[in-house]
This record gives sequence, C-alpha cells and structure tokens, in this order.
Amino acid sequence: MSASPETRVLSDEDHLLLRIYRVALVARAVDRQLWLLSRQGRAGFVLTARGHEVAQVATAAAIRPGRDSAWPYYRDMAAGLALGVTPYELFLGAMGRAGDPHSGGRQLTAHLSSPRLRIGSVSSAIAAHLPHAVGAAYAARVLGEDSVAMCWFGDGACSEGATHEAMNLAGVHRLPVVFVCENNGLAISVPQSLQMAVRRIADRGAAYGMPGVRVDGTDALAVHGAARDAVARARRGDGPTLLEVVVPRITAHSSQDDDAYRSDRERAAAAARDPLPLLRGTLFDRGVLTAEQDEALAAAVDAEVVADEDLAAAQPEPEPGRARRWLHAGDEPHRPAPMLERHLAWTGVFA
Amino acid sequence: MTDTVRPGIEPRPARATAEGVTLVEAVRDTLRGEMRRDPRVVVLGEDVARKGGVFKATEGLAAEFGPLRVLDTPISECAIAGAAIGAAMMGLRPVAEFQFADYIHPAYDQIVNQAATMRWRSAGAWSVPAVFRAPFGAGVRGGVYHSQSVEALFCHVPGLKVVVPATPGDAAGLLRAAIRDDDPVLFFEHKWSYRRHREVVSDSDDIIPIGTARLDRSGGDVSLITYGVGVHLAREAAALCSRRGIEVEILDLRSLAPFDREAIARTVARTGRALIVHEANRTMGIGAELAAFCADELFCDLDAPVRRLASQDCHLAYNAAEEDAVILDAAKVVAAVTDLAAY
Repeated sequence: MSASPETRVLSDEDHLLLRIYRVALVARAVDRQLWLLSRQGRAGFVLTARGHEVAQVATAAAIRPGRDSAWPYYRDMAAGLALGVTPYELFLGAMGRAGDPHSGGRQLTAHLSSPRLRIGSVSSAIAAHLPHAVGAAYAARVLGEDSVAMCWFGDGACSEGATHEAMNLAGVHRLPVVFVCENNGLAISVPQSLQMAVRRIADRGAAYGMPGVRVDGTDALAVHGAARDAVARARRGDGPTLLEVVVPRITAHSSQDDDAYRSDRERAAAAARDPLPLLRGTLFDRGVLTAEQDEALAAAVDAEVVADEDLAAAQPEPEPGRARRWLHAGDEPHRPAPMLERHLAWTGVFA
Repeated sequence: MTDTVRPGIEPRPARATAEGVTLVEAVRDTLRGEMRRDPRVVVLGEDVARKGGVFKATEGLAAEFGPLRVLDTPISECAIAGAAIGAAMMGLRPVAEFQFADYIHPAYDQIVNQAATMRWRSAGAWSVPAVFRAPFGAGVRGGVYHSQSVEALFCHVPGLKVVVPATPGDAAGLLRAAIRDDDPVLFFEHKWSYRRHREVVSDSDDIIPIGTARLDRSGGDVSLITYGVGVHLAREAAALCSRRGIEVEILDLRSLAPFDREAIARTVARTGRALIVHEANRTMGIGAELAAFCADELFCDLDAPVRRLASQDCHLAYNAAEEDAVILDAAKVVAAVTDLAAY
C-alpha cells in the first residue's frame, strides 16, 4: 500500500524517477507536435524518439551536462532535452529557422549540436559519431580532464565498420567512453536477426575487452543504475562499457517511412511496451504522483510545448546570402534565437 | 592566422645542398617543434609511436612526448580520422597520419562527411582543427596500393583545405600553417620526394599561408603550373628546355584548395602559355579545374590553348615499365613544353 503523495517524503530515487518522467513527457509532447508539423507540411522531416525516451533520459541523467561530452544520434531528442536542450530549440530546428542554435536550420530535425552543453553535432550518417566520442575521451585523457564521453546509437549502427573501429580503439586504450546502444530491433525495416548473428548486442563488449550490459530500456531505474555504473567505471579509469538498452520503436522510422513492413500485431506489441505509461504506473505505485497531479503536469507540459512551437514558427528564415557562411573559420558568428527563462524550465533537470 | 608571413610568390630558388634536411625530416622536425610549442598538438596513427612511422616522419616523438600524445592506433583509418575529429572538437590539435594515401579511403567518410561539414552544419559553433597527413604518389614501385594520388578527391569537397609541399622548407612552413589552422587540412607528402632533396630549413617559426603559390623558377616562354613531384620534374625539364632556348616559368601551387588564382594570373600574363602538370591522372583532375580557371578568367592573356600533362587514367603497376608508361617523367614534360612553346 502506498502512502499518499501529500504526506510521503520522497526519496532520491523518487525524485530521480519524477525528473525522468517529466523530461520524457516533454519529449513525447514535442514528438507529437513534430508529427503534426510534418503532416501539415511545416516540418520537412521528423525523426522520432517515441518508445526510447525513458532510456535516453535515464542514461543522460548519469552524466554532467557541459562537462562530460554527449554524442547522440538523430533519435536522441529526449537525451538532448535531459541535457538541457529546449523544446523551443527543437522546433526552431524542425522548421529550419535561422536562429536554431544547433545548426541554424541547416540540419534535419533533432540533429542536435551544442558546444555549450558539450553535445557533439549529430550526423545523419549512421555510426559516424562513435569515433568522435572516442576522440573526445582521448582528448580528456590528454588534457587531464575527468570527463566521460557518452555515445548513443541504434542497433543498426552496430553493423557499421566505424562502430567496430571506435569500440576497439576505446577498448585498447581503456578510454572513458560509455557506448549506449538503443536496441529497438529495427533498422528502418531490417530486423535485428538480419542485422547481426547474435541476439544480445551486449555480448559484443567481450570482443573489445569491455563489459557488455543489457537492460530493459523501459525500466528507468535499471537503465539509470547501469549507466551510472558505466560512467563511474569510465571516470575512474577502468575503460569503456557497452550498455544495451532494449526499447520499443512505437512509430515509423521517420515521417518518410510508412512502417508497412510491420504487421498490426508487431506495431501493437511495440505500443504495449511504451515506457511512459509504465513509468507513470511506477510513480503511482510508489505514491510519488497522483492521477490528478499527472494530468496537471501533462497539461502544463503541453501548454509550454505548444507555446514554444508557436514562438518558433514566428521566427525568421535565414537571410538571403547566408548559404555559404561558416564553411571556414573567420565568418561572423551565428546569432541563435534568444532563450526565455521558461524555455529552460522543463529540461536539463539533471545538471 | 596571425603568424609571420613568409613571402610567397617571389622567386626563391631552393638551396639544394648536401646539408640541410630532407622533406620527411622537415615534417618530423616541424611536428616536434609544434608539439613543443603547443601541448594540444598530438599525433595519432599506425606505427607512429614505437616505430616512428613507416617513413620515419614521427621518429623520436614518442620518446619525447610519450605514448599518449603520440598514439599508436589499431589499423583503423576510419577511427583514426574520427577520433582526430572528436579530439579536435574537444580542444586538441590532432595530426592524424595515414600510412599511405591509398589507405585514406576508409577515412573518406569521416573527412568528407564529418570534418568538412562540421563547422558549416553547426552554424559555426564547432570547428575541427585537425590535420590529416598522408604520403602519396608514384614512382617508388609500390604498386596500386602504395602509389595513388588522391588529392583531387578532397579538393572537390567544400570545407577542406588541401596542401602539397614539394620542398623541405615548404613542408615545414605549410605544416605549421596546417596545424595552427582552425579548419581541417589534408596534408599530402610525395613519398618519391621524401629523401631525394635536401634543403636548409631555418629554425624560424614562420608559416606559409595556405593558398599561396611559390614562383619556383622565372622564365618568359611557358608557365608550368604544378605541385608535388611535378615541381621536381619541371625543374629537370626546365633545365633541358633552357638549352633549347625555351625558358620555363615554374609555379609551385603548394596549396590546391584553395589555390592561388592571383599567382596563376600573374605568370600566365607574363608568358601567355599555360601548361598544367600533375602526376594524378588526368580525367576530372586538378588540371581540369585549373584549365577552366585559365579559360574563364585569363582568356585575354593566353596566346595558346591551355594544356594539361597528367598521368594516364589507369591504376599503377608494380612492374616498372608498366608504371613508367602511365606516370610522368622529365622527357614527357619537355615534350609538352616544346609543343606548347611552338604553338
């Protein structure tokens, strides 16, 4: 029997779960709006995090934003939000606005980049960023910093040569990297069974002399615990870890994908593993959140996210003549759209 | 770049003497100097530490700077380039060595899709101040995988700088410039030239600005525009042509991306005849772009068609006769100069 939220003293674990839930909720709200924008023809290309959010937030919550480096891939919107990226920024990017701080409107949706938050620049090229994370970890060692590089990627990325090369290099030199594989079992349409001959991606850690850990990516505490252990291990100089988080992909790969290669049953099975209701249930069970509080929270998040979307839509496109700017050093700096206090209220709560 | 600028385009014949250093020694000495000057400079690649590089371009560096700043990597060109990019983004000045330019292709994705786009795609927020070094070029009987000239592949890519020193002094000044540059630079060293010439290289801290050509020889009849090993073939050919009464002006481009348009315009204005020479094969090569530039911008200065002399469009054989049939030599350059001078 759980205590009533009014009277119960929340533990650190409760606070953590509540924060993870809050950011995941923001990510889900942004995700929903992005799909709408796409269908309205106002956003060209939407890459979605739906189903991955809790795993992303729970791993990102294990590093120090702006001090540890973060190397997400294009599905890692929720990881970005956990590190301090705002919904407003995501909408500026999705609508290709000049003031998008991540790429000035040049890159596809959710292609994050932020030197301030030490988030590397997301590339659409699968797995190209794994070597970057390893290089960042190498730089930390050369510079005598205690920073760790956390790198997220999908199951499809495991088939790229860059992944093997990066993990091997990190393993040989025991570099402080945490490799987080978000395994949703599908690389666009190709199932894991046609992507690799092993069932557990974590098993591959052995080939690189690093621990391989596999957890249910819908279990916030399990994911966070494993990520925290891996970060601690990297920080004390014991080398990299391969962390496999098993997650559902609830939507199509992207707004340009019809998802027709999955049966209704397969799609329903993925939806049934949605981590948000699961985490909500956990919070209810622990007496951390009531249904009324949850409704109020969701309404507040929705209102903020929609307000951010509207504000982003009102921002200007790049001015004519800008296209070749920043090919080389020496151009005038980009002027990102200014952030309001409220933009920062819902994200980056783990800093 | 705020460092001392060495005069770039005035006649400055290299002093080839028994003293001085070879091109590969100049590379090594410059790496050492830059690593002493700036603790952010690191070297990574295959065999760079314990062995000091297969061409000894990094000899002695691990002993002085340790196995972390001079990092022996696995045989993983993609990771070498990618780690250099990530390290550069985090504040280092990595110099990545590819053992042969022929093996840079697995790193092509990293250099072209990542390094070249990083600043542009982040609206100027990230930069990749990395140098990608590779020995390249033919004439050493290395066969198809130790002989390639890959520079044109990178010159086509916005966001990259490509330099090719022909002399020890230029290797030193250009390598300093490349390491201190805030953008990615491809640094190709012609391996045939590595130990064939010596030159006294000053211990100065001078850089040669990327994008400046060097007038290697003055002459009024034909402008020979070239780089890399082409400079040495051009010198040999120019001496032979001079005996026949044809004075060749040699322009060593040194930088291919960007290339020195003004220097090309000046020499073509003097001679009215342009011969572009490179060892890389002809089709869709550097020479095509340079010829197009001459045709577009220098038409009124030209007294003859722009000519290209390049290797044949073919892979390079281990068999000496077959390799020589494809690549250039001084006699082929002399023939091309003579033909153009007579137009």
